[in-house]
Amino acid sequence: MAEQEKATRAQVADVDRSLYDFVKPEVGYERFADGLNEEVVRAISAKKDEPDWMLDLRLRSLDIYHKMDMAPNWGPSIDGLDMDNISTYVSSGAEQAASWDEVPEDIKDTFERLGIPQAERSYLAGVGAQYDSELVYHNMQESAAQMGVVYSGIEEALHGEYEGLIHDHFMHLVPPTDHKFAALHGAVWSGGSFVYVPKGVKVEFPLQSYFRLNAKGAGQFEHTLIIVEDGADLHFIEGCSAPKYNVANLHAGCVELFVGKGAHLRYSTIENWSKNMYNLNTKRARVEEDGRMEWVSGSFGSHVSYLYPSTLLVGARSSCEYTGITFAGAGQDLDTGCKMVLTAPDTRISVSAKSLSKGGGKSTFRSEVIVGEKAERAKATVSCASLMLDDQSRSDTIPAMDVRCPSASVGHEATIGRISDDTIAYLMSRGMTEAEARTVVVNGFANPVSKELPMEYAVEMNNLIKLEMEGAIG
Amino acid sequence: MPDELLAIHGLNAGTEEKPILHDIDLTLGTGETHVLMGPNGAGKSTLGRVIMGDPAYQVSSGTIAFDGRDITQESSDKRSLAGVFLSYQAPVEIPGVPLNSFLRTIVQKRPELKMTGREFRRRLKEVASQLDFDSSYLSRELNVGFSGGEKKKVEMMQLLLLKPKLAILDETDSGLDVDALSVVSRGMEAYRAECDGTLLIITHNTRILERLDVDRCHVMVKGHLVAEGDSSLVGEIDREGFGRFETAEAELAGEEA
Ligand SMILES: Nc1ncnc2c1ncn2[C@@H]1O[C@H](COP(=O)(O)OP(=O)(O)OP(=O)(O)O)[C@@H](O)[C@H]1O
Ligand SMILES: [Mg+2]
Repeated sequence: MAEQEKATRAQVADVDRSLYDFVKPEVGYERFADGLNEEVVRAISAKKDEPDWMLDLRLRSLDIYHKMDMAPNWGPSIDGLDMDNISTYVSSGAEQAASWDEVPEDIKDTFERLGIPQAERSYLAGVGAQYDSELVYHNMQESAAQMGVVYSGIEEALHGEYEGLIHDHFMHLVPPTDHKFAALHGAVWSGGSFVYVPKGVKVEFPLQSYFRLNAKGAGQFEHTLIIVEDGADLHFIEGCSAPKYNVANLHAGCVELFVGKGAHLRYSTIENWSKNMYNLNTKRARVEEDGRMEWVSGSFGSHVSYLYPSTLLVGARSSCEYTGITFAGAGQDLDTGCKMVLTAPDTRISVSAKSLSKGGGKSTFRSEVIVGEKAERAKATVSCASLMLDDQSRSDTIPAMDVRCPSASVGHEATIGRISDDTIAYLMSRGMTEAEARTVVVNGFANPVSKELPMEYAVEMNNLIKLEMEGAIG
Repeated sequence: MPDELLAIHGLNAGTEEKPILHDIDLTLGTGETHVLMGPNGAGKSTLGRVIMGDPAYQVSSGTIAFDGRDITQESSDKRSLAGVFLSYQAPVEIPGVPLNSFLRTIVQKRPELKMTGREFRRRLKEVASQLDFDSSYLSRELNVGFSGGEKKKVEMMQLLLLKPKLAILDETDSGLDVDALSVVSRGMEAYRAECDGTLLIITHNTRILERLDVDRCHVMVKGHLVAEGDSSLVGEIDREGFGRFETAEAELAGEEA
């Protein structure tokens, strides 16, 4: 146990589920009653002392939520999710700190085990850490602040000079009417990050927000709003994890990204929710002329995921690349992919997705590409490769293309395969055990994604793959 | 007579559906170089893979002893770590796995080859240049898009890095241009000299044997080892083909029936 206590994410050799699967007691926590009603929503709003327009948005969202059907009529089942048993707000009561020393010991220990303070010291320009419903830590390097970069909690930003900017963007890309869980998000959102990168500013090192859901039977509804102005450049990293419980947890976050003219935003995610999690997350980006959006996405955790980052290319010559991998193990039904909407001339997208399934897991890649009438000479390529690691598992590819512009060119390719016996025999003849041989092949398969990640995260991803391959994640 | 490194007795093996190898007896002494020849489809590659422990093949009777130990039931990875090496006739391609990190991984599996990252890189460079292998290819994905000759060189690179006690080279010399052929035969020489290596060379190419001292030559026809002799046998096959051996096999099979 002592060894495990010391384990950190950066260690490659020592892979152990205890890295993610540990629970801290909820002593003296504030936890709102399970279920959802106006009282709960007003209480969250009051707690945050937020502007009236935000309360209005919450109440409007709640109304929409009540009027919408619960289950989508496609995709994985979410029958195991009963909103009456989900607490929408849980707070440790810790004040948000700008120094790890001020973060309560047990929470600090959590993030230390996840490697966050270490990562901040070695290669990040700023870090936000959310624990259950509230941010407990937020800090950014002096140099970035001096260039006018803002990186803070949304609540905090709502009390300052950026309130107007937030008002004009918050849930504009993902309106509460989008779907049931967007409405839910609008009603009870809490925590998350606001990032503002002014014109022409290039942030040299990534910013990272890490979301940890410690509380049993709770929901996490963080909102991430990023505005990258014309000619600016940012790499944002999102990480998430939770310990495993035998009751359902819910994640219904929302990410809204605004990429200005000639700006560049890379949004990387390593998601490792525990396998009792319903991950119903919504992410969307809007890209102006010559802007460039990149998504790098690794989905490993959760019981059920619905996750399709979508990108609206509204400016001429704007482009988007999506690189993603999804690994569904035992008891997982992960429905992931992306949506691309090209409405301007000379826009380009390329999608490269990998999906893996093992131990009876189900992994579905779902993509939708819409090329509008005005998207002259637009180019779209979508490729998806699936690898099934045994006969019980499933991988499906559901690509949809709606092309309304004759001068656009679109291409799609999909491959589904298994690891060949010859490959395993070859690797074993070089001294690898069968399990090692399979891990090598799977890591190779994931390589196009991991090489898009900063080294430390690529290492984490390889660890997650190794964990899955060893079947250690319950 | 040197020590026996590999001793096969009464081996019958094949796939689940069909027997391929019949009553194989074969002994290789430490440091010796043996050649195995025979027509296409005779079972030469199968023998190599059975010695290596490929699970695609089952041994129905007989034993394989390596270095004084019965390895008939042992898994392929254990045989590899014990010092058996097979250079594949058709090496596999593994996307996304860089050649250099693959080589590092298989070297690291062997405590006796312990070296630092820097030592490894130096050794790798040395081996690559010894084999006239473009070192910029070392960061490419394992065998993906490699030419036939390049793949064979990758097999030879592993041989020289791993220094196994026994190397079975399955047509490692086929499909090579003149220069590559001399590079590969020099590689075999280097292996023999540096590691006192034992070689079982499966080949159709009698010319490579002009460059190598051969201790014994074996002929396989339809899964039987039908003849064994010194290197003069190679010359005979070169001149007269397998006709005489096929007749011998027919008699053998007739006896069995
Ligand atoms: N995995 C397998 N499944 C089915 N048949 C096999 C398998 N491996 C080998 N065989 C069959 O066994 C016979 C021997 O094949 P093998 O590859 O050992 O021949 P070889 O002597 O190496 O021939 P070549 O000189 O053409 O390389 C062939 O008829 C081949 O089709
Ligand atoms: Mg062969």
